[in-house]
Amino acid sequence: MRIVAVTSCPTGIAHTYMAAEALEEAARAAGDTIEVETQGAAGMNKLAAEAIASADVVILAADVEVRERERFSGKPTVEVAVSTAINSAPAVLEEARARVASFTPASASAPKSATPPATPLAAAGFGSRLRQWLMTGVSYMIPFVAAGGILIAVSFIISGPQVAMQVNGGIFHGVHYAGATSIMAIYHTAGIGGVLFEVGGVAFSMLVPILAGFIAYGMADRQGLVPGIIGGLIAVDVHAGFLGGIIAGLLAGATVRLILKVPVPRVISGMMPIVVVPLISATVVGVLMLVVIGNPVSFIMTEITNWLNSLSGANAIGLGALLGLMMAFDMGGPVNKVAYTFAVAGLASGGIGGQKVMAAVMAAGMVPPLALALATVLRRRLFNDAERKAGEAAWLLGASFITEGAIPFAAADPLRVIPSIMAGSAVTGALSMAFAVSSPAPHGGIWVVGLLGHWPLWILSIAVGTVVGSACVIALKSLRRTVPSSASVISLQEVANA
Amino acid sequence: MPGIIEESLVVLDLAAENKDQAVRLLAERLAGAGRVTDIEEFLADVRAREQVMPTGLEGGIGIPHARSEAVTTASLAFGRSPSRVDFGASDGPADLIFLIAAPAGGGAEHMTILASLARRLVHGSFREALRGSASPAEVAELINREVGA
Repeated sequence: MRIVAVTSCPTGIAHTYMAAEALEEAARAAGDTIEVETQGAAGMNKLAAEAIASADVVILAADVEVRERERFSGKPTVEVAVSTAINSAPAVLEEARARVASFTPASASAPKSATPPATPLAAAGFGSRLRQWLMTGVSYMIPFVAAGGILIAVSFIISGPQVAMQVNGGIFHGVHYAGATSIMAIYHTAGIGGVLFEVGGVAFSMLVPILAGFIAYGMADRQGLVPGIIGGLIAVDVHAGFLGGIIAGLLAGATVRLILKVPVPRVISGMMPIVVVPLISATVVGVLMLVVIGNPVSFIMTEITNWLNSLSGANAIGLGALLGLMMAFDMGGPVNKVAYTFAVAGLASGGIGGQKVMAAVMAAGMVPPLALALATVLRRRLFNDAERKAGEAAWLLGASFITEGAIPFAAADPLRVIPSIMAGSAVTGALSMAFAVSSPAPHGGIWVVGLLGHWPLWILSIAVGTVVGSACVIALKSLRRTVPSSASVISLQEVANA
Repeated sequence: MPGIIEESLVVLDLAAENKDQAVRLLAERLAGAGRVTDIEEFLADVRAREQVMPTGLEGGIGIPHARSEAVTTASLAFGRSPSRVDFGASDGPADLIFLIAAPAGGGAEHMTILASLARRLVHGSFREALRGSASPAEVAELINREVGA
């Protein structure tokens, strides 16, 4: 077992170092490797990022707040009082071993006072390792989501919702915009708002490649980055969205792992990390993503579009709910794109019907980030540090109709988060249609509220969906929390509390 | 820099009934050696730290300590208490008491010595050697050698 640990106590002159020594001794005795960062009065011997990345588990033995704790988010973590580490270091290591086996990301950073970590002594299941890989990708993606999303929201505030058309060209509210002729002309054409919009867009274009790259990094260390990022870029090109990015990342990680299992002669082994592994893994992942993933995705998109078009004249409320489900399903992925394109096409064809669909789609697309932001406020302990930070940014992103703000949550825990936000968005889409809210604007979120017909009811629709989605997320995530049962944990807690 | 401990800072038969008394007796030694300038201020700092969380550890150890303006140089006063003094450890009172005094603005050098002292305290062999030492001079020599000061 590879361990990184932080020890920290109120004064920083005694217990910090005693705990470090005790953990190191216990690790030596148990045959584990450990690196300890002592956050004490003698300064902080910072752990190398590589050490953290390659560690199986994190031990935080601290009576005060651990500095730069976000470095460890997504890792299986054991938190104990400093005195527990000093008095019973071997037991802490055993708890860490069990933690590695039973790791689930969301409970990884639950505060020690809330719930003692459960430690069923099962072998590391595939499910828990999968969640750990996903969380690695998500933790690297979140800053891109926050930076890009906030830049885009700010550009809307500065230049109004037509900023997208000023940059890319198109018709907004009856005005035709030519768009910038080149990326260098954006400032001249669309002003500072346009420039911020473009920068935010570039940050967003990296979401899926970073997600895929660092999922692969989590599985196969730095060897995973090349095929992961390339696979992620292709996922973007074939409109496979973040779900395609997850597939690309897992594919890349698995491919590298397989390649590294092949025995090679010494002559070649030196070339493996620089040439052979990147070349083979990028080829395998790239071909699979383009041929195996790309074609079905475009086929499905066409089919769903045709099906949606055939529904014209169907029950409006049902259509609103359906579009809501689609908007939340993959947040910027193929299904979301189909729903959004369907609405924009309806808007272009003129008539109030198209405007109603547009209002429903926009409202439904705002709900996922808002619902998750609300959930992080209501039940902090269900989310890790990185997710809580993402939750803070998600308010602004959701309000600005930047559905991608929910991707970090969905990528980390897709089976619980996606159904929940789909429920919330479906409610919002149906309500918006039922209230006959209309929107002449294809995007802009809360910033175009003045253009909407029946806007107070539109806000109400969003609020109800947000609460529904948030309640579902909390319920599903709470269900997973396991009951502590192991005797060793109880004794550890007693020691900690004594 | 002088050693972290000297003969006059070792009390092998510490006659104290409670931790306040024990800390005061050891602090008086520090003041007598000129390592603490204002004993009341230093005691207040130690008490404040003790209130955050008791410093007793399993195996009969008490390590009251503080960083204080009243401390001139990183120091340790050591007491052995045959009658034992409660420092709040889960397994009972302490017979080895280490009063650690760190200067408030202490540079890394001071802190590094104290850190290495703290690391030694974890080792059972070090504790046993302290329990078996026959004279204050022997204790002071042992500790200074172990922490490399």
